[in-house]
Amino acid sequence: MDVTALTFLALALPFVAALVAPVLTRFLGQNAAWVLAIAPAAIFLHFLRFVPDVASGEIVTGGYAWIPSFNVSFSWLIDGLSLTFVLLISGIGALIVLYSGGYLKGHPQQGRFFCFILMFMGSMQGLVVSDSFLMLFVFWELTSITSFLLIGFDHGREAARRAALQALIVTGGGGLLLLAGLLILWNVSGVTQLSLLLSFGSELKESPFYFAALLLVLGGAFTKSAQFPFHFWLPNAMEAPTPVSAYLHSATMVKAGVYLLMRLNPVLGGTPEWQLLLPLFGVATLLIGAALAVRETDMKLMLAYTTMSSLGLLVMLIGLGSPHAIEAAALYLVAHALFKGALFMVAGILDHETGSRDLSELGGLRSAMPLTFAIALAGALSMGGLPPFFGFLAKEELYFAFSTFDLRSALFAILTVLGNALMFAVAFAVALKPFLGPRVSMPKHVHEAPLLLWIGPAVLALKGFSIALMSGLAHRLISSPMASAIAGEARTVEISLEPHLGLPFALSVLTVALGGGFYVNLARLRAGMTAILADIGWGPDRGFDQFVRGLVRFAVALTRRLQGGRFEVYMTATFALVALVLLVMPFRYGEFPRAPFFSADVPAHELAIMAIAVAGLFAVVVASDRLTAIVSLGIQGFAVAVIYLLYGAPDLSFTQFMIETLSVVVLALVMTRLQLSPADRRPLPEKMRDVAIALACGLGFGLFLLRVTAVPFDRTLTEFFNLYSKSIAHGANVVNVIIVDFRATDTLGEIAVVMITGLAILALVRLRAGSLKRAVAAELVADESAAEERV
Amino acid sequence: MKSVIFRTVAPVLTSLMVLFSVFVLLRGHNEPGGGFIGGLIAVSALAIYGMAHGVETVRRAIFFHPMAIAGAGLFTATFAGLISIFAGVPFMTGLWIYPAILGVEIPLSTVFLFDAGVYLVVVGAISSIALSLEERGGE
Repeated sequence: MDVTALTFLALALPFVAALVAPVLTRFLGQNAAWVLAIAPAAIFLHFLRFVPDVASGEIVTGGYAWIPSFNVSFSWLIDGLSLTFVLLISGIGALIVLYSGGYLKGHPQQGRFFCFILMFMGSMQGLVVSDSFLMLFVFWELTSITSFLLIGFDHGREAARRAALQALIVTGGGGLLLLAGLLILWNVSGVTQLSLLLSFGSELKESPFYFAALLLVLGGAFTKSAQFPFHFWLPNAMEAPTPVSAYLHSATMVKAGVYLLMRLNPVLGGTPEWQLLLPLFGVATLLIGAALAVRETDMKLMLAYTTMSSLGLLVMLIGLGSPHAIEAAALYLVAHALFKGALFMVAGILDHETGSRDLSELGGLRSAMPLTFAIALAGALSMGGLPPFFGFLAKEELYFAFSTFDLRSALFAILTVLGNALMFAVAFAVALKPFLGPRVSMPKHVHEAPLLLWIGPAVLALKGFSIALMSGLAHRLISSPMASAIAGEARTVEISLEPHLGLPFALSVLTVALGGGFYVNLARLRAGMTAILADIGWGPDRGFDQFVRGLVRFAVALTRRLQGGRFEVYMTATFALVALVLLVMPFRYGEFPRAPFFSADVPAHELAIMAIAVAGLFAVVVASDRLTAIVSLGIQGFAVAVIYLLYGAPDLSFTQFMIETLSVVVLALVMTRLQLSPADRRPLPEKMRDVAIALACGLGFGLFLLRVTAVPFDRTLTEFFNLYSKSIAHGANVVNVIIVDFRATDTLGEIAVVMITGLAILALVRLRAGSLKRAVAAELVADESAAEERV
Repeated sequence: MKSVIFRTVAPVLTSLMVLFSVFVLLRGHNEPGGGFIGGLIAVSALAIYGMAHGVETVRRAIFFHPMAIAGAGLFTATFAGLISIFAGVPFMTGLWIYPAILGVEIPLSTVFLFDAGVYLVVVGAISSIALSLEERGGE
């Protein structure tokens, strides 16, 4: 098979695996993980073969036409950036699937979990390789939806449900902003594919719509990547099982926003707006995240807040946009995925084996779990930016970006050092506290984690180590192509473990020293942070609740106002509007009918029938009780039916007779059923108002009919039906042929409506009579008039 | 509505009207009539019977629940359209056959089947409404 077909298969494979996962898990239990992990592993291998080509600067695109008439395609773009992402997603994905096998061992819903996480994998993978805007958006929203399913996996708990909904609303809402942004980009550039967009020069940046597009795209990216003030959903998302936190909420999904910014950096980046907004929000997120992380004692929450910090750091770097900043972003993104994934899985192992992930309840586990301890330590060393780990390289490159000796760099350098030092302290708190110190008594007998649990974090920790050792190769194959893709021009990353003295190294030393200080005083810092937060009291998380509550209240108030439930109000409003439309239109367009023409020789019987109709109406108006009025209305209806008959419409007339008969019967029934008082007891002003509306409607409709009939009648359809009714449809009755043959699909829809109306009324009648009484009558009248109209 | 004359005439009138409604349905394609009108006539017939002898009697007489009749009608009408798809022509295309039954050539068509579906839907839905209203109205 050729590469295009294979790549398509690779993109579809996770969804196929998601389909078979529940069945497989039923038969194999947690060992299904070994089989299911083959899917992401195969994808990893498939994309690995692109590495040499991409490293030599090639950009691989491919795909299929989807909706050619709208220029929409299912196509992918594989360059340094998307390839790195895809390898991370599939590689970590395989490990996460294995880890979930151990973590959710024996869980009754394990199959469902595998299904969700594989679906997520497929969505995330699709997102990063998407070339067409539409595909990007669809996969973007799919990651939000699958994340919703995974956060709410334990849907019996209210906290999980709330967190899931919150994440969906925030990231899904951001997705809509992104859609709007993409539409603007499409309109300005005229292309629907990223690969074509990237070849645009400064045209987009000079467009008057640039700022709007930028804000919308940032709205999507910031919500997805948990930038302040949209960060609150991320810590709440820790309600999800730990494999989800490790995979979605540190290594992959939250990086989607960062990916988007990196992807669009060549076309949108470098402007003053970009260089102001991104670093500002980024650095705020970095510091707030780090400060909030210090406050927590739950390992998962600490890691979640540091993830937020790291995302802030990445956004800041992309915003700064200098060569070193871009290279640092590329390195840090990969390093973070490796160490944060490993640390999250360690937190999950501790939770799984000891029953707690609260630092204050853990201690002295080093002898019981030496392997886990080693993995945690490797992760923390990388996260703290110490050699010989990958995190060190990323951090060095980051500090290189600040060695330009100007005020702006100095300011960002100070803030970044502060944030990094806090993260350093948190990293070692997570990696050391549970393992060192005196043994704390545990409810469970603690022993080392099983293979399925430790293999994932071990591989990630090893990778973080080996990449740093073989930095030359890693840079050539991964980092440099990725940095080039972000920058939009060729870049070479050169940082290595070789010692180098200078400002970056000094900043590193400062970070470590400061971080060490923070670590020692962590308890005091935590107390201080808690006090400060208690003083502030309000946070975006509570703000979200207030917003949702306010929205619901507004909706209720609006609905109450518009849908008061009083039938008279609805009817009055409807008919007043009808009258208004019918009367305003002729005035607005000056289209009054000419005075009607009365022929002198109207036959006596026609005059008599019209007289009967008028008499019927008169009887309705003067009737003393409702039943008489209903029956009198029937007189008018029958008279109209006779007129139809006289003018050669027997079908219409026939139906009118039946409808009138049934209307009288049903209305009489409704009256007795609703126990209406026989007489009409409306007060005079209300009566006058109703009379006015009725007269206005009648007048308007009369004018309208006179005007319409004054237009010369187009006989095309009549002739068509008369000509073909017999020859094609084998029927002489044109009306019937139209209903059951020429326009039969319409009729099918109409009888479905009749059926549904019948069901609805039956349901209403069976409900306790009361406030619904009026609704029943309304439905009936509506049904009758609809039936009349269709004939 | 409990006069002896009405109660005596009602069954006869009802049966005649139902018969007539079927007649109207059948002749609909060539002369005034059709499923919709036929259905309305049948409903009127049932309403008269109900007034004379009570809803329970009518329900027993029609045996099926009115909504079941309507559902069968909708199914029939849809099925009539689907036959065309199975025959390889677009949905709802009229198909005709002329089998000779007892030596007489009878034109049968999916169009007629469709019209019968319309008839059943109208009978079922409207009589369901009328009967349920009448039932509780007497309480």
